[in-house]
Amino acid sequence: MIVAEKKPLEAVARMLENYDRVLAVGCGTCVTVCFSGSGKEVAALAASLRMKRRIEGTPLAVGEGMVQRQCEWEYLDPLADQVKNYDAVLSLGCGVGVQTLAKRFPGTRVLPALNTLFMGLPTEQGVWEERCQGCGNCVLDKTGGICPVSRCAKQLFNGPCGGSQNGVCEVDATVPCAWHMIWERAEALGMTEALMEIEPAKDWSTSRDGGLRRMVREDLRAPREETKEG
Amino acid sequence: MSLANAAAIPPETTPKSGGNLERVLSAGQFAVTAELGPPRGCDADAVRRKAQLLKGWVDAANVTDNQAAVVRMSSIATGLLMIAEGLEPIVQMTCRDRNRLAMQSDLLGAAALGVHNLLCLSGDHQSKGDHPGAKNVHDVDSIQLVAMVRGMRDEGHYQNGKDIPGGGPRLFIGAAENPFADPAAIRPYRLRKKVVAGADFIQTQLIYDVPRFRAFMKKVVDLGVHEKTAILAGVGPVKSPGMVRHLRQNVPGLAVPETIDVRLEDAVKGIDDKQARAQAWRNEGKRICVETIQQIREIEGVAGVHVMAIEWEEAVPDIVKAAGLRQQPRG
Amino acid sequence: MTNPDTVIASPAATAGGFHPEVVAFCCRHCAYAAADLAGGKRQPYPSAIKIVELPCTGRIDIVNILHAFEDGADGVLIAGCLPGSCHYIRGNLYARQRLDYIHGALKEIGLEPARARMINISAAMGVQFAELASEHVETVRALGPSPLRGQAQEEGNPA
Repeated sequence: MIVAEKKPLEAVARMLENYDRVLAVGCGTCVTVCFSGSGKEVAALAASLRMKRRIEGTPLAVGEGMVQRQCEWEYLDPLADQVKNYDAVLSLGCGVGVQTLAKRFPGTRVLPALNTLFMGLPTEQGVWEERCQGCGNCVLDKTGGICPVSRCAKQLFNGPCGGSQNGVCEVDATVPCAWHMIWERAEALGMTEALMEIEPAKDWSTSRDGGLRRMVREDLRAPREETKEG
Repeated sequence: MSLANAAAIPPETTPKSGGNLERVLSAGQFAVTAELGPPRGCDADAVRRKAQLLKGWVDAANVTDNQAAVVRMSSIATGLLMIAEGLEPIVQMTCRDRNRLAMQSDLLGAAALGVHNLLCLSGDHQSKGDHPGAKNVHDVDSIQLVAMVRGMRDEGHYQNGKDIPGGGPRLFIGAAENPFADPAAIRPYRLRKKVVAGADFIQTQLIYDVPRFRAFMKKVVDLGVHEKTAILAGVGPVKSPGMVRHLRQNVPGLAVPETIDVRLEDAVKGIDDKQARAQAWRNEGKRICVETIQQIREIEGVAGVHVMAIEWEEAVPDIVKAAGLRQQPRG
Repeated sequence: MTNPDTVIASPAATAGGFHPEVVAFCCRHCAYAAADLAGGKRQPYPSAIKIVELPCTGRIDIVNILHAFEDGADGVLIAGCLPGSCHYIRGNLYARQRLDYIHGALKEIGLEPARARMINISAAMGVQFAELASEHVETVRALGPSPLRGQAQEEGNPA
């Protein structure tokens, strides 16, 4: 899932300084599962903003809205009538949600209430961890299912750096060393020999570094040529 | 070059770099390197002063590249100031601050300006340094950097496989290894990987636990790695019990046995004067370093020592002399 | 929108001195019964305390507490079972963690965190309930009326 966390109230309030009426919109998918953009979070943020502005003597009307997925056009249509009544939309979605809302409602200012963090999972109740950076060229087959791109602070491809100690990373003692885990897993699977091969420099052109990425499935696109024979 | 030609030319007549460090190591002499930390400003005289302290006592000296992720004078620029003073630099380059374009162009420039040695490192993480908000690069890792530089030098091509007009930089390529980091089992193999990638020499992390280093070297020798590279064992004098604590707490993967604490404690017994105690600690620190060098020299596969006396360059000549490595500066 | 249970009947904030309004979220298994017991024993506790019965303090949602403050409460009291005595094992511990979160949220909003407090008691502790509840009312009284008191609530969804 995409994991996001709420921005400090002060930061959100600053974005809304010049508005009197905003619609806070949650998202029922990833950010609901990570407790940052669910209906409850929308209600809590809306109440907090209303109280803050009342105390400051500049009351703010905050409406509450919710969609199943902010990142798909169909789900945004029902918001259209609600959006009309507000000066701005405050999205409690990930960065994708914010941008989809902004595109769908071009005449309305859309602002982010969350900081989008990473693609990851809950490792225990209340804790989420990164697992993937979308590098566009998965190497998990070579590393025993443990990702060195997202889980090694130095994105090493050829084994642990000299800072790996007692299984933890030199950057943060609460973070396990990815290469320590990769090595242990390889030992358990009897696959250490594969780690002796030098992994050549990665082609990052499939990663963020290549600019906007796009996936196309021609078989799924709406047929465009009416003359095309079936 | 064809195989026939390659066989016709004895290796010693085709130096990879033309530098002093390579010459010393290929002649089978026990090499001595040291470390010179560039200043945090643009004070060229600070570099010159340190270079004069080390000149002649070591075969070459490392120049750190934003060590501990703290901004310092560029390692290549500092290296040039050293060359002007007659001290051969081993330019360090981390994967943290440069992508493959910047690395290659800097190396072309460094070689053009007379740099002969390069040490390839991952780099300390920026979160530990003075710009924790910096974006790190890690386009290639240290082993990929070694392979890239070897390709530039030996195949004459860039990382992309395209020819370098006029051939690649003649650099003697080094890499680092920490024998005491975890997982311990992977360390000799990781060292081998670096050598297969093209490391001509290896400098190790600081060694205070000689028996553990000996066990590591046994494995390295069993793998035959020492025959394909020159391994320089890292040593360094401790200045005080405070420094020992700092090394233990803040330098990951550094094994400092308690015997060091005991020796430092014994060294100041009966001394009350603050300055005299500091001097006694320093003297003992140098003595421990000298003894470590003497023990390490006996270990099979060790081709030299790398003496890291951080911000204490003047200790290096004393240590080199006392360890019997050389009695006067070489010219 | 707002839970009707938490709405404070329009308080006369300033007329004739400050009479604090404190919403007490009480667990049915301990504090609610303790409050009953205090009543039965004629042990007085302040009329400022407005009790909301919960099956467990673990039921408390951050939104409930925020709405209580938004609707003009001067203080909030969460009264749950003694540590280790929760009928749902850890509900009271969760409530404690949520209170920590609420303290941060109140600070961000501009309200004193001390306006919200949690106490742990058993069903037999009627006297203690009355004492601790009075103590919190006094804390709130010292802090003064909530700046949100008596103001017309902004309309959320105009549609």
